[in-house]
Amino acid sequence: MELIAVVKRDCETCGLVVPVLGTLAGQCTLTVYSQDDPTFPEPLGGARDDTSLEQSYHRNIEIVPTLIRLEDGKEQARTEGWNRGEWETVSGAAALGPELPASQPGCGSRSQEPGMPERLALRFGARHFTSRRIDVEALDDPIELAYDRGWTDGLPIVPPTPLRVARMLAGTGLAPDAIVGRLPPNLIECTVEKVAINAVMAGCRPEYLPVLLGCVAAALKPEFSMHGLLATLWFSGPVFIVNGPIAKRIGMNAEGNALGQGNRANSTIGRAFQLLIRNVGGGVPGEIDRSVLGNPGKVGFCFAEDERDPAWAPLNVSRGAAPGTSSVTAFHGDGVQAVGAQASRHAEELCRSLAMALWAVGHPKLSRFSNAILAISPDHWNIFKAEGWGRTDVEDGLKHALKRPRSEIVRGVGGVAEGVEPGDPDELLDKFHEGGLVIVRAGGPGGLLSAVIGGWSAQRNPQQVQIVTEEIRG
Amino acid sequence: MRNDTYQMLDPTAELSPVIRERLAPPADLSNATVGLLCISKERSEEFLDSVEAALSQRGIRVARFAKPTHTKPAPEEVVQAIVERCDVVVEGLAD
Repeated sequence: MELIAVVKRDCETCGLVVPVLGTLAGQCTLTVYSQDDPTFPEPLGGARDDTSLEQSYHRNIEIVPTLIRLEDGKEQARTEGWNRGEWETVSGAAALGPELPASQPGCGSRSQEPGMPERLALRFGARHFTSRRIDVEALDDPIELAYDRGWTDGLPIVPPTPLRVARMLAGTGLAPDAIVGRLPPNLIECTVEKVAINAVMAGCRPEYLPVLLGCVAAALKPEFSMHGLLATLWFSGPVFIVNGPIAKRIGMNAEGNALGQGNRANSTIGRAFQLLIRNVGGGVPGEIDRSVLGNPGKVGFCFAEDERDPAWAPLNVSRGAAPGTSSVTAFHGDGVQAVGAQASRHAEELCRSLAMALWAVGHPKLSRFSNAILAISPDHWNIFKAEGWGRTDVEDGLKHALKRPRSEIVRGVGGVAEGVEPGDPDELLDKFHEGGLVIVRAGGPGGLLSAVIGGWSAQRNPQQVQIVTEEIRG
Repeated sequence: MRNDTYQMLDPTAELSPVIRERLAPPADLSNATVGLLCISKERSEEFLDSVEAALSQRGIRVARFAKPTHTKPAPEEVVQAIVERCDVVVEGLAD
């Protein structure tokens, strides 16, 4: 039999058990490891040096002191903290520490300090990466090196060191070598490890990783047509709307400035997806990305829906998710168009006012040409709510308000060549395909304002290009 | 617990080599402007004079630039002037 004890000086209970360790050392083979100071415990002449935490890591120490009994080199029993009965059981010795209290809890092992498990897994070889390693020489700036290699979207990145990537991977239960799909345009198999590397670069925290993986899953559905969205001449890029409890858990912003800057999760999740398309998929502006003008949201566009009012059905629930589910909805969106409907006081009239702005999407004289997101602010929502309206009422009200007779928008009318094909002049035409108007609640109070995010022109083919909602998993 | 070497994990599909390839030289200089950057070391100007003569003889446009000293990297304004005006650059003369 052999005993192992793992201790640290910076632990009152470890100090308490020093006389017991002295007793055991006189009775059997005892090896003591100290995590912070090998001169401790002095009465035993010090301990083996485990300041590298190698023993603590390999023996999976969570608490100090830990006492372990080995038989033929294999662990048979262990106890954590000080408990006389347990120490006697593990060691086989009797009447240990009669002057000590019966029990006293231990302290946390240094190997469990924040970030330490990932650091130790890297150091002692338990975490392997398949991605190749790029050396940064002493005189090189890693951020400049990332620019030089074409890894960035024009903004600086967080250098994806092995430790940062290991910590990022702690945000998911998926294996690093699991394949999340083939990323366009080059249809490259993308691993969770590559997702984590690009998430680090974008500035994500590990807890954002499941949301990012949900974005990837949604955007890679064939019906989303990510390749076409990348390659289009149109303005659009992927816009991700997050629903469910995860949005609050990771601190996403659905309130004031929800579509703007200032929130880490909002700003980095969409960016990480776009870096994946660039770095893994090979989609680079001016190459496969043929956008004539682009839009600022192509750096990354992700926000959460405001779900605080139970009178409003969340977007993902309206699209078939069970209530309480965390989801991401992927949309092909342009920039933000403001709607200042400030004179409206009644629901139907507000619908007509919002509809005028929505008709501008794509082109004011085109019908069923592209989709749109309408982000309704709290003050506009209050007008609907005051009349007892919920999501379906707003959807129906807008659908009704979004009909125009062909005569008003046919080609040539108003001296504008653009327009719908000639036909029955009295026929009422819809602005959007069925389901093509995505309505969400977002924003802060104080203004009778809402936002329109226009959609991709290829959405005019709803069989080929669809909005996708995907559940967020681990 | 510092790493001896600072490393980054490659975020790309790893379709290109770790050591980046040089840009391919242009196939044709007929519409190009060739910059000649003198590093201001002895005999640099004489060398570049002969390069300029050879290029001009072929009808190729040439623009001359000079670093103030060969002991330091080119100042940013010189680099930017070359980028602005030239398609390719010849730098000389070192030993």
